[in-house]
Amino acid sequence: MLLELRKVSKSFGAIKAVSDVDLQVGRGELVGLMGDNGAGKSTMIKLIAGNFPPSSGEIVIDDEVVHFHKPVEARGKGIEVVYQDLALCNNLTAAANLFLGRELKSSIGPIRWLNHAAMNRRAGELFGELKSETRPRDLVRQMSGGQRQAVAIARTRLTDAKIVLMDEPTAAISVRQVAEVLDLIRRLKDSGITVVLISHRMPDVFAVCERVVVMRRGRKVADKPITDSSPEEVTGLITGAIHSA
Amino acid sequence: MNDTAERPNRAKPELEQEHVSIQSVLDVQEKSAYQRFIGNQSFWVTVALVAICLGMVWVEPRFATEDNFYNITRNFAFIGIMALGMTPVIITGGIDLSVGSVMGLAAIVAGSVLLAETPAWMAGWWPEAAWAHSWWMAVIAGLAAGAVVGFINGVLIAYVGLPPFVVTLGMLAAARAVGVILSGNRMLYDFIPDADTFKIIGGGQNFGFDLPFRLSNPFLIMIVLTIGLAVVLRMATWGRHIYAIGGNEHAANLTGVPVKRVKVQAYVLCSLSAALAAILSVGWSGSANNSLGATYELLAIASVVIGGANLMGGEGTAYGAFVGAALIFVIRNSLLMAGVDSNWQGIFVGAFIVLAVLLERIRGRRRE
Ligand SMILES: Nc1ncnc2c1ncn2[C@@H]1O[C@H](COP(=O)(O)OP(=O)(O)OP(=O)(O)O)[C@@H](O)[C@H]1O
Ligand SMILES: [Mg+2]
Repeated sequence: MLLELRKVSKSFGAIKAVSDVDLQVGRGELVGLMGDNGAGKSTMIKLIAGNFPPSSGEIVIDDEVVHFHKPVEARGKGIEVVYQDLALCNNLTAAANLFLGRELKSSIGPIRWLNHAAMNRRAGELFGELKSETRPRDLVRQMSGGQRQAVAIARTRLTDAKIVLMDEPTAAISVRQVAEVLDLIRRLKDSGITVVLISHRMPDVFAVCERVVVMRRGRKVADKPITDSSPEEVTGLITGAIHSA
Repeated sequence: MNDTAERPNRAKPELEQEHVSIQSVLDVQEKSAYQRFIGNQSFWVTVALVAICLGMVWVEPRFATEDNFYNITRNFAFIGIMALGMTPVIITGGIDLSVGSVMGLAAIVAGSVLLAETPAWMAGWWPEAAWAHSWWMAVIAGLAAGAVVGFINGVLIAYVGLPPFVVTLGMLAAARAVGVILSGNRMLYDFIPDADTFKIIGGGQNFGFDLPFRLSNPFLIMIVLTIGLAVVLRMATWGRHIYAIGGNEHAANLTGVPVKRVKVQAYVLCSLSAALAAILSVGWSGSANNSLGATYELLAIASVVIGGANLMGGEGTAYGAFVGAALIFVIRNSLLMAGVDSNWQGIFVGAFIVLAVLLERIRGRRRE
């Protein structure tokens, strides 16, 4: 198993955001994670991405129990994340945001400096792949919601990640761009990358995912192949009309 | 020049590359570069500075003299150096109110090393050690005093998580008190012969070269530091991270920016710049006074803000700090020459800060 959660819980004070979740995701799998607002989806993603440690339980990657103290450590293990709030700096350009924390540099001897040209060029290429009209040198402040999302998604393409966690990557974008992002997700899967996709959009999940995991009030209430399920059943699971499946 | 950073691997699947034409992207940039220039606060401050200077040259013959130019540029260099150090701190969204007191403390520490008769609190071995009694030891000791204060500020802010305003306000009181205690509340001026070298650093001109013009060493040092900071903010990863922290500290953290370390470094740098200003000031005046730098924090912060930095963080430039400090001092000098009571100057400086922040607000609103 590439990624495994064993009885993972996370509490924020009295709030139990995630409780006793077991989850197994194999290499190259494409899992949809669904649930109502506040069901604990983002919290689960953040646990895997090393934003905070679980209150109890274990996270296992490549058969090795991991204890991430910060997000960079998870990234070092090949985990890339598109955060729901996108985690962008408004005062920096698209390219600067894309490469934040792993800037491209040039050097003469020990002197190293930012290679703006290379970063802008590479950012342009990545936005091109996403078919996004995002200009590398534009400030994020001036960008549209979809363009911001493109920057956050493009970040996951900087390296060959093992696992890409996407928290509502299609929330703010146009129909055309949704199709591009779903296409990208399929391509990631084809190249053997594991993707966990959080979405409120039923058609998206049923279009690309092979498995759907449903959470309700911090608990996992369903985990089954998409072919064995239906949008009606998933809706029922999310709302609680159906208890579990 | 070679690319050492490993190029990130391409996405594995073969993607039909629909290249955004790089040229079209660059064209868009050219247009907005001009707009950005015009929309820049430091540009308008420069315009104001030039206008005031031209006006003064016209109405006041004493303004355009070489001596006056020499004096203004030297006086504003002390504040300018502090403003440069303050700039990264303000870009991260912080503030350092302790720089004036750091000046007083660093002046006393450096001055104590230079004293012919060592003060009672110094260790017994100190008067004997020849290396301890040198101008460079005084410089190092002064800078070290600044670094220590900056480190304490930085750790309390970045690691303990206290608000910068509170921490540095406390340090404003504490550092000044330490300076007063160490000096025994006396002015230090009875220096060793080696202090002459020390005095030349701050009081000399042209770095000792024979040049056709006359510029004070502090002013030249400030110019070098302005260029240095501008390069670091634009070309170094550290500079990029400073802006990222000011833009969205949480995002910077998530993307792997060492936020806490960078913040501590910013505060150390800020205090170091204040200590450097103190060392130059002691060299220039030939004496160390524990009241040196009182209220200078206001002038340093005002310079940075007038130069276009955003007190909420995320924006600010080295040139802005430079030109902001220049504007304040030219205005002060002009008021003085016009015979305005020096006590009135505070009103003008205060009004300018408010005006600068107001301008920033208006520009910010237009951007939204
Ligand atoms: N940092 C935090 N501190 C306190 N409570 C939190 C924190 N993060 C999340 N929570 C709480 O945990 C619960 C789960 O939140 P989470 O963000 O995981 O939901 P979600 O499934 O992602 O919802 P949405 O679809 O709205 O994004 C919520 O009740 C939320 O208020
Ligand atoms: Mg969420």
